[in-house]
Amino acid sequence: MANKIRVATTSLAGCFGCHMSFLDIDERMLQLVEVVEFDRSPLTDIEHCTNCDIGLIEGGVCNSENVHVLREFRNNCKILVAVGACAINGGLPAMRNHIPLEECLNEAYLDGIGVENPQIPSDIELPLLLNQVRPIHEVVKIDYFLPGCPPSADVFWKFLTDLIEGREPSLPYELVHYD
Amino acid sequence: MRQFIQGIAENSHYQATHLLQILRQIQSRYHYIPKAAIEQLSGLLNIPRTQIISVVEFYSFFHLAPRGQYELLISDSITDHMLGKKSLLDYLAKKLDVAVGEVREDGVVSLDNTSCTGMCDQGPAGLVNGHALTRLDRSGIDKIAELINQQKPVDEWPVELFQVDDNIYKSGLLLNQQIEQGAALRSAFKRGIKETLKEIDYSGLRGRGGAGFKTAIKWQFCSEEQQTERYVVCNADEGEPGTFKDRVLLNSYAHQVFEGMTVCAAIIGAKQGFLYLRGEYLHLYDKLQSILDQRRQNGLLGINILGAGLDFDIEICLGAGAYICGEESALIESLEGKAGIPRNRPPYPVTQGYLGKPTVVNNVETFLAAAGIAVNGGDWFASIGTEKSKGTKILSISGDCVRPGIYEYPFGVTVQTILNDCGADDVLGVQIGGPSGTFISNQEFDRKLAFEDLATGGSFIIFNSSRNILDMVHNFAHFFAHESCGFCTPCRVGTALLKKQIDKIVDGHGSAGDIVALEELCQLVKSYSHCGLGQTAANPILTTLERYPDLYQSRLKEISFEPGFDLDGALETARRMANRDDAGAHLAQTENEHE
Repeated sequence: MANKIRVATTSLAGCFGCHMSFLDIDERMLQLVEVVEFDRSPLTDIEHCTNCDIGLIEGGVCNSENVHVLREFRNNCKILVAVGACAINGGLPAMRNHIPLEECLNEAYLDGIGVENPQIPSDIELPLLLNQVRPIHEVVKIDYFLPGCPPSADVFWKFLTDLIEGREPSLPYELVHYD
Repeated sequence: MRQFIQGIAENSHYQATHLLQILRQIQSRYHYIPKAAIEQLSGLLNIPRTQIISVVEFYSFFHLAPRGQYELLISDSITDHMLGKKSLLDYLAKKLDVAVGEVREDGVVSLDNTSCTGMCDQGPAGLVNGHALTRLDRSGIDKIAELINQQKPVDEWPVELFQVDDNIYKSGLLLNQQIEQGAALRSAFKRGIKETLKEIDYSGLRGRGGAGFKTAIKWQFCSEEQQTERYVVCNADEGEPGTFKDRVLLNSYAHQVFEGMTVCAAIIGAKQGFLYLRGEYLHLYDKLQSILDQRRQNGLLGINILGAGLDFDIEICLGAGAYICGEESALIESLEGKAGIPRNRPPYPVTQGYLGKPTVVNNVETFLAAAGIAVNGGDWFASIGTEKSKGTKILSISGDCVRPGIYEYPFGVTVQTILNDCGADDVLGVQIGGPSGTFISNQEFDRKLAFEDLATGGSFIIFNSSRNILDMVHNFAHFFAHESCGFCTPCRVGTALLKKQIDKIVDGHGSAGDIVALEELCQLVKSYSHCGLGQTAANPILTTLERYPDLYQSRLKEISFEPGFDLDGALETARRMANRDDAGAHLAQTENEHE
């Protein structure tokens, strides 16, 4: 098919759990790739985004590289989606927000038990940490939010099929309740 | 300390309902609530220590860590800001060598902001160890700094620092003539209790706190409950910024207020009443206690009042800095010695209130009016006002006008009439009913104060054309985020997000989508919050967004999005620790800058 819908995905400060959950759509993946082509994504190993229709972002923003990746996605994706609790709220990585970054780094690299050759890593190849982990909508404009930790495979399926078929995506209560 | 705490617990008969009053005394003596005190109280009052900690953490005036021997709090009401509070606070901080929110290293003084202290007509205002300071200016601050550095006890400070005036500029039906002590009770007993309730019903009196529930119906419901142990509560937790009329009523009309409560007790069959006095009005406490004593001596309180067989007494309970306790069910929780978290309603307090017993909670002004009606009859009251809003309303007027103070008007008065009387010109708009009320622009001054049009608890803040509406919205958004009780997520998180979003727009980081996001958030907080606080917290934004959309638009950047925080600044710690300053160690705020 000539004009497949192009989808890019990435994980910032996330655990790839959302990606794993996405893969849980199982055999429906075959249906999906009939109409969808993956651009930059851990599934393809493509390193940079080109023009895409949909970008799925897992994880929050914890360092400068996350900011650059997020901006690349925003610039290339018509629709940008925050996927899962960490992208929406900062999630688990944001638990460090209650502790000053200086204390975190000291504990991890200087004072912690079992630290050998204590030093703060410093190399221009290494991204610097932001003082707090941020949800992605605080850094770029986000169009849709998929709640869940992780969002279930059915959430991905419902959301993507809605978009692909030209409907305004909506998630029924059964897909987003937690009890 | 053990002995001190043992003593106050004994005086409170080891009742956990007195926890707030006990903690007030401990805070006042030690300037914090020591851990050992909590352990000891837990045993004495037979409640879990976590329950005590939750109460300490809930109220602004209690602290788990030591505050200064002089605890200075400066009122953060918008009216104080309009009177130059910000520069005074900075001056004070410099003078005392203490940062706002901190305790000075020697432990002598601490300085912080506090929500409106109810002195909007005589600000900038503050509190020192709970005592109200008024009309602060640079010379006053020099004096205060000197007194603190000399470590002079607060009760030896010059009285003019604590001078609180009534500033009554316009009296009407209620303020013109105070009833004679005992007159309302004598009339009620003479006329008959049932007949007196009929008169109150006939008068059309509605609750003066703002909600406007019909008083006679509330009292009747309560009197018809099966439970015979019933309570009367006077809500003097006047926390709505811009409101201070209850302070004046309790200063100069307290007899009549207490008499109104006693009439209510006779009607509903209550033996015990409470005056819940906001902690900021500590300066009224001794005076009110002596008025209660006087009434006891005159046979107007206590056993067999006026020989009519009514037994009733009133206890004064002080709050500890929590706006939410003005909500009647939160107030009852607080009276019971707990954190002021609003209950589910129904059941309403008239069926299950204090200790689960039928309870009438009314505003100070409502009891004042009820006493007047008991003496003068329903007609006296009902002949004034509008069809659905009988009688008069006492207003607290502050902001940009020549004569800020107390004004009493028949319901139905226009905003323009009020502005003329208090000497306000070049008016941009008026915030009516406090932050939880409505902002009206200068195109609407023919509107009327009445339940049919602009309902109000009495707060009336005037802004002239030199003011920026967004400063006000910003102040109110911070107020609600601070005062949210934290019980329900839509309000706890919602008010914090509203604050953040308003900050972003006011600070000039906003873009087109941010106004849409703000409106959506407002609707969410309004629709899903548990109580009135959250349901009204978005009002300042919604009412001004509706009237001044251009003002908001003018603050927006013409780009699709900009982060609301300093991105490059967020890398500062990491940059310093990694000892880096290369290009890769920086981030542009928006991409167009240099990426």
